[in-house]
Amino acid sequence: MGAIREKGPVTLLDPEEVPDDALVVPIAMMGAPTVLAEKAIGDKEYKTLYDMVSQFFGKKIYALLPIEAGGVNSMLPIAACARLGLPLVDADGMGRAFPELQMVTFTLGGINASPMALTDEKGNCVIFETITNKWTEELARAVTMSCGGAVSVALYPMTGKQLKEYGVKNIVTRSQKLGEAIRTVKNCTDDKSPEEHFLEFSESYKLFKGKISDVLRETRGAFNFGKVVLEGIGEYKGKKAFVEFQNENLLANVDGEILATVPDLICLVDAETFVPVTTDALKYGKRVYVVGLKCFEMWRSPEGIELVGPRYFGCDTDYIPVEERYKGGTANV
Amino acid sequence: MYKLGIDVGGTNTDAVLINEDLEIVAEVKRPTSGDIYEGIVSSIDTILKKSKIDPKKIRQAMLGTTQCTNAIVERKHLAKVGILRIGAPATLGVPPMIDWPTDITQCVVAETTVGGGFEYDGKELAALDENAVKVFFEEIKGKVESIAISCVFSTIRNDHEIRAAEICREVMGEDIHISISSEIGSMGLIERENAAILNAALFHVAESFTEGFARSLSEMGITNAEVYLSQNDGTLMTMEHARRYPILTIACGPTNSIRGASYLSKLKNALVIDVGGTTTDFGVIQNGFPRESSIAVTIGGVRTNFRMPDVVTIGLGGGSIIREKADGRITVGPDSVGYKITEKALIFGGDTLTATDIAVRLGMFELGDRSKVEHISFEFATKAMAVIKAMAEDAIDAMKVSGADVDVILVGGGSVILPESFEGTSSVIKPEYFGTANAIGSAISKVSGTFEKLIDYDSVPRDTALENAKAEAIKLAVSAGAIPETVEIIDVEDVPLAYYAGNTNRVRIKAAGDLN
Repeated sequence: MGAIREKGPVTLLDPEEVPDDALVVPIAMMGAPTVLAEKAIGDKEYKTLYDMVSQFFGKKIYALLPIEAGGVNSMLPIAACARLGLPLVDADGMGRAFPELQMVTFTLGGINASPMALTDEKGNCVIFETITNKWTEELARAVTMSCGGAVSVALYPMTGKQLKEYGVKNIVTRSQKLGEAIRTVKNCTDDKSPEEHFLEFSESYKLFKGKISDVLRETRGAFNFGKVVLEGIGEYKGKKAFVEFQNENLLANVDGEILATVPDLICLVDAETFVPVTTDALKYGKRVYVVGLKCFEMWRSPEGIELVGPRYFGCDTDYIPVEERYKGGTANV
Repeated sequence: MYKLGIDVGGTNTDAVLINEDLEIVAEVKRPTSGDIYEGIVSSIDTILKKSKIDPKKIRQAMLGTTQCTNAIVERKHLAKVGILRIGAPATLGVPPMIDWPTDITQCVVAETTVGGGFEYDGKELAALDENAVKVFFEEIKGKVESIAISCVFSTIRNDHEIRAAEICREVMGEDIHISISSEIGSMGLIERENAAILNAALFHVAESFTEGFARSLSEMGITNAEVYLSQNDGTLMTMEHARRYPILTIACGPTNSIRGASYLSKLKNALVIDVGGTTTDFGVIQNGFPRESSIAVTIGGVRTNFRMPDVVTIGLGGGSIIREKADGRITVGPDSVGYKITEKALIFGGDTLTATDIAVRLGMFELGDRSKVEHISFEFATKAMAVIKAMAEDAIDAMKVSGADVDVILVGGGSVILPESFEGTSSVIKPEYFGTANAIGSAISKVSGTFEKLIDYDSVPRDTALENAKAEAIKLAVSAGAIPETVEIIDVEDVPLAYYAGNTNRVRIKAAGDLN
């Protein structure tokens, strides 16, 4: 926001507007949001990343894009574009958020995360060239720790052609529209209830409505695992549900029946405001809806399921699309 | 000895007098005056006359006030502030006041970010650029009245903030008012810095209400009392502390009312319903303290990370207007005749049907002229009361954390309009003195200490880490004036850091005890 106030608005490009041979790069932060909430971001990191990548390829970066549509990583590329005067491409590599670096559609397209550029606010710079995307994840996490827990990275450098083939298109505009719809959901004047409006514009399946009665958390590796337990309210009174998460929600279970799993989206939204409740903000007593959204089609391929399906995250179940698991329910989609 | 509790609200200034056995001796309600001073003097005067006690026997006087909130919201009486942030080369991408409404940024005369700050583990991020600090203070000397200092991870290590404050005093003199972020807020640089800036800007307001309170006390002959102010977390701070940290008085109103209700009912765990003229607040008391909200709080458009009580407010009060729709449905509120109830309500000869009229018609209590509501059919009144009850029950259910029945405490002047049983509750208590629960909450407040740190449970086992942290919190409570034997741990929180290797947790412990 400050970057835009200072440097003016950012141009948003439709992926089709990007030339096939152009160099495009996703920008992201890696590390703990809690650390980022203290150290924020310096003023040179994006320029440093730009120079590192351009120098490596001997070619100027044409545009940046977000790697995921969640948390700070959906916003930082906008700030980076504003500071560098570059356009932003309306696409990302997830169509949602995932906790690990290799979990992008670009991996399915055989695109490498490396060469990946990493820099911290102090000016330390590293370029990783690795044999697999999983290795990039390993090595980059280690460096992130040494650098103080939050760094900026540019990864998955690719051509315009690759982006058009494997990127999740129009995700920035879709996110913006969703945000706008959530902000105005209470102002709707027709006969539909805010709930109906929300389910309709977000194209989501209502899985549960309840009160958080317990939150179990555990840290393994760099990730937060946990389970949030809910007691039904309204028409779900007397029912119980739980949602398992590893930073992102993995599986929703209502009264013993699995209603959705990754890679479909499972979102907890505030029962009053419809504002999403992230795993960090889960707290006893909060009233939420649990909704499921269809994931990007490419994730539903066998390769996609292998990379981000329920079994990868340790959930002992096959992937069944949310719209098939969800039948005989009350949502209209 | 006696305790005097005063709550200055938007409409009324309430005062209560409590004896050493913590029994209520007298209560009064007076209209709030523009400069709070007159309302306080008038309420003290009345309560002294009513109780006939010697003012010298009042040994503790506590004030809860919305003065700071109002000053920020109305952008009035704010001091000229200079901001020093210690954090370069980190943080430069997000300068101070980045998302503030422009009208309030005008209280800030100058700001800069200098080298310094820490990593999450206390390692130095960069050395403190003492020269730049000195140059900045020399430049703004004479142009500002108050200084806010923030620093990256100063909740982990505050040395850079302390050193910068020393330099500030060397340059600008001992009397300059300095707000240090680590003494005010918790984790999250921007929110903590915002709180420090607001605190710096409130320096005049703090002087005026602390002096106003002290003056009204001494004029009324209350010269032997220790004087305290209520904080947003339901505990007290000294006058001296309030002068330095006025921002901590923000939102003490709902907190005091919830704690007062707990005290009056002798319940430590319950749901509190505070009914006013226009709205009703639903809060929860847990172990004697209000349950806190998890949502970031904005004050006058400025983001902070203060803990506020988790309160749901609905448009139901004594003055709520009752209407019958064409299809026979009855609606209650959300509009209200508010403070005009004594002229608008039917029982007072007015022309508007209010919730209070319905309660009087049903014989729930006596007020005004009962004959003026007799034309309302019993059936209609019963239906209207069912709507009121359903509204309250919805909010009760929304505040509950499990399906189990809860105890409910009813307080506030408007609570007479509510029935005395609700679905999902095990008991409903309307204690004596329910009308001045907020002033009582202020009078019986404890003093507290909060300890917060990032701890790696792999290097310090969780049990040991929590024990050490508890000891630190107790020490802080005692240094704030608590009697050591009465100090209890009232809140323990440990949350793992997301996307972070190892087992680093943010640990936050709060201890509170009775005033010495």
